[in-house]
Amino acid sequence: MSKFIKSTDSEWFRHRLSGVMYFVTAAFVVIFLRLFYLQVIEGEEFRRLSENNCIRLQRIEYPRGLIFDRNGILLVDNRPSFNLSIVLNDARPVKLTLEKLSQYIGVPAGELASKADCIKGISSYRPVLLKQDIGRNALAAVEAHKYELPGVSIDVQPKRYYLHRNSAAHLIGYLSEISSNELKDKKYLKNKPGDFVGKSGIEKSFENYLIGKRGGRQVEVNVSGQVVRVLENIDAEAGNSIYLTIDQRLQKKAEELLEGKAGAVVAMEPSSGQILAMTSKPSFDPNEFVCGLTHDEWKILISQPNRPMENKAIKGEYPPASTYKIVTSIAALEEKVIDINTSFYCPGYIKYGNREFRCWKKGGHGSVNVVRALAESCDVFFYNVGQRLDIDKLAWYAKACGLGAPTGIGFEQEGAGLIPSAIWKKKRIGTAWSSGETLSAVIGQGYNLVTPIQMLVLISSIANGGKRIKPVVMKRIETPEGRLITESSPEILGNIPISQNTIDIVSKSLWEAVNKNYGTAWGARPGGGIEMSGKTGTAQVFGRKEGDDEKKRVPQHLRPHAWFVAYAPSSDPKIAVSVIVEHGEHGSSTAAPIARELIRSYLNPESENSNNAGVVADYNIVYDEY
Amino acid sequence: MIDRRLIQNFDWRLLGLTFVLSLMGIMTLYSAVTAGKSNVQDALYLKQIVWYCAGFGVMIISFLFNYKALDRWSILIYGLSILLLVLVLFVGKHVGGSKRWLMVGPFSFQPSEFAKLAVIIVLARYYSKTANIKGLSIGGLLTPFLLSIVPFILIMLQPDLGTAMLIFLIAASMSVFIKIERKAFIYIISTGVIILPMVWFLLKDYQKQRIMTFLNPEHDPLGAGYHIIQSKIAIGSGMISGKGFLKGTQSALSFLPEQHTDFIFSVLAEEWGFIGSLVLILVFFMLITWSLKITHGCRDPFGTILSFGISAMLSWQVVVNTGMAMGLMPVVGVTLPFISYGGSSIITTLASIGILLNISMRRYLFE
Repeated sequence: MSKFIKSTDSEWFRHRLSGVMYFVTAAFVVIFLRLFYLQVIEGEEFRRLSENNCIRLQRIEYPRGLIFDRNGILLVDNRPSFNLSIVLNDARPVKLTLEKLSQYIGVPAGELASKADCIKGISSYRPVLLKQDIGRNALAAVEAHKYELPGVSIDVQPKRYYLHRNSAAHLIGYLSEISSNELKDKKYLKNKPGDFVGKSGIEKSFENYLIGKRGGRQVEVNVSGQVVRVLENIDAEAGNSIYLTIDQRLQKKAEELLEGKAGAVVAMEPSSGQILAMTSKPSFDPNEFVCGLTHDEWKILISQPNRPMENKAIKGEYPPASTYKIVTSIAALEEKVIDINTSFYCPGYIKYGNREFRCWKKGGHGSVNVVRALAESCDVFFYNVGQRLDIDKLAWYAKACGLGAPTGIGFEQEGAGLIPSAIWKKKRIGTAWSSGETLSAVIGQGYNLVTPIQMLVLISSIANGGKRIKPVVMKRIETPEGRLITESSPEILGNIPISQNTIDIVSKSLWEAVNKNYGTAWGARPGGGIEMSGKTGTAQVFGRKEGDDEKKRVPQHLRPHAWFVAYAPSSDPKIAVSVIVEHGEHGSSTAAPIARELIRSYLNPESENSNNAGVVADYNIVYDEY
Repeated sequence: MIDRRLIQNFDWRLLGLTFVLSLMGIMTLYSAVTAGKSNVQDALYLKQIVWYCAGFGVMIISFLFNYKALDRWSILIYGLSILLLVLVLFVGKHVGGSKRWLMVGPFSFQPSEFAKLAVIIVLARYYSKTANIKGLSIGGLLTPFLLSIVPFILIMLQPDLGTAMLIFLIAASMSVFIKIERKAFIYIISTGVIILPMVWFLLKDYQKQRIMTFLNPEHDPLGAGYHIIQSKIAIGSGMISGKGFLKGTQSALSFLPEQHTDFIFSVLAEEWGFIGSLVLILVFFMLITWSLKITHGCRDPFGTILSFGISAMLSWQVVVNTGMAMGLMPVVGVTLPFISYGGSSIITTLASIGILLNISMRRYLFE
């Protein structure tokens, strides 16, 4: 302690204290003046305001952002919903008011009273929602009798309106009331209980862009609840507009083609990764969620066996079946276990260990090289390849092709699929990999699982000469005034480890599969000057026993899934398509014609009507490879 | 054992003011929680009376021992309060999006309330050893800065903006009282002027929005702006003589948010009018000038600075709380000493009064 302080501190501190006293006195004078102003000068006005408690809060809802397709066709709009509210304190006598109201809008008075009954205390000064979306007739009736209905008010709230109903419903998503868990989430800080938020698809993943800003008003009302004066007003702000990459015309086409089936069709521009159409069937109508589903309605929707709520294009995981032979060929050619001249003889089956592995074609394909084997989808050729290829090597190539991991399309949760390896099996199943399983794996059966979007990215990267492009669904986002906020640009995910030679071999094979009369998709060739390249697949959903009669019709839910992945035109790809039809049996007869029609429609939009032949019967092949 | 001079010098006046404020507090709270209501909260004023009893116990303990012991224990008290602030972040009770309360059996308390006192004590110790007539240099301000920024940040994390701001205001007032070198003062101001816009620039839009709403709540007519206008209506409608005890309509209908804690002043002003509010404000003014007089009369640096810190705490709380209720200041949760409901607030306030009594009655004792 300094000597100085010891001797003169008190005096010195006292000196400083006088400054403090001035400060404190000044602060109290301000408080005094403010009190005087509020209670004496303005007191009467405030007394008046407090007597009827006539300050009310009104929310002004914002319109959510609009959603357009790539060409500016409106997909999702807002429509006005007229909500009927009552401020009980202003509605005295409440019973009489409710009775009159029930006459005008045709809702039993008991129902209205039950909503109003539980309101007490402060809530009697706040509007209570009696009925939402009352319709224009009821609106007119209430407006006409406004003066007999004290305390009753109608406010307009924008509600979501999905113009094309269940078209692209999975991609666009739907809204529903915010859950208590979401309310705790930081993402939904601005939301209040009762708000509707995006629950899936674009509505969910672009929630932050789509929501606007809620406005509000403080108003003074008279004894019967009519607004006398607006004290404060903040306008609501609309959300941003989102332009999707999809082409609504093509989207509609894809939906028509898949109508009545369960499965998914997804198409994209290989060079940009922009999704042109994405459909998953069966679908749902997001309009039904707008006013909330009942518990029973929701239960029915989610318990249906063919999963209408699931976006099968990105979430559905299926065995890739013969489409996987593209990966096997790449691995085999790059690992140099075969080359273009390597041929194997296919007698229709192969003996391996004590098991017989059969080719889908009973009589066999004869002697085939890799190009013919891919085009004809010869299983025996690939069984031979499988005996020369290590499963972990194959898994490495599959993963390099983007399988076994989400593509990063960036909306909602995506299925990752599954690419088995020896280590994976040891870890998850607990037993060692057997070499017989490799023979299933090379033809895309066994443990392999892929999603339609993964296969789309894979076939697009063949079309792109090995470049893997990230699929995107958002083209650009604009403010309501049309100022650009963000725009998507092609993003390269990586390159498939593949030489130009291998690319050439694989794309030639895919071309032959459609354009040679021995190809598995020959029956689905588009014609009309369009050359398509593709690969069929027929994914078994259960193990076929030896000696089964293959022609026997099996029950629907045990029939194999039909796959087709393709791009066109072969020389300069503008569109890539991935099709899965659940239990559609044959890729060539069920899935490939869908892709063909979609490609025709995209590349030759004028010939739309002349070529509407639908699914052409497949005379070339009786049953497909698996 | 107790020196006779202590009894002779006992500060009856401070004790009297304390009793007056306590009575006004209990009455106002009684009205705030019972008027127009038939349910739940009417036990709150009984609880508050229990807290007052406990508070007077703490007050008595606070003046029995020689306050100079606080100088020796200051580091311990400070450390303990920091520990509690850390603890509350982990095991605190969640109420309305923040973690402010520690549960001890059936009681809950707010470590941030005690932290205010702990900061005052530790700063009083530090400044009593370093104060000099030239004022504090930047170097001399570093330690007090660190001592107050730690509880400040911990309280912001809860988050409790009001109490954190209070800690800042108390520490700043104490430092200015001690005197800051002109050079250091200019440095601090200019650093603030440079850094604030930079921070503003780095903030995200929604963070800016939140700060704007905080600074100007009328921007949000549905949230804080609504509270302010309701509070102003309550105060203004009291007019000159008030609506009478238990006759407040704004409070009876629960138009006021947090009316038993942060907006308790509005309840009092509505029922007792300009006359009643003026009496309360005057009693507070007397209490604060009297506590500054204790500072004035103290001959020992630690006691001087300690009593000044307590005066600053009481002043800021009164000014910020009433200013907020009258729409002069942003809405932040700061309690009105003696009047607001809350055990931690009452005990901290009465402990502070106890320390003031302690300093006052030992003003003529020298070792």
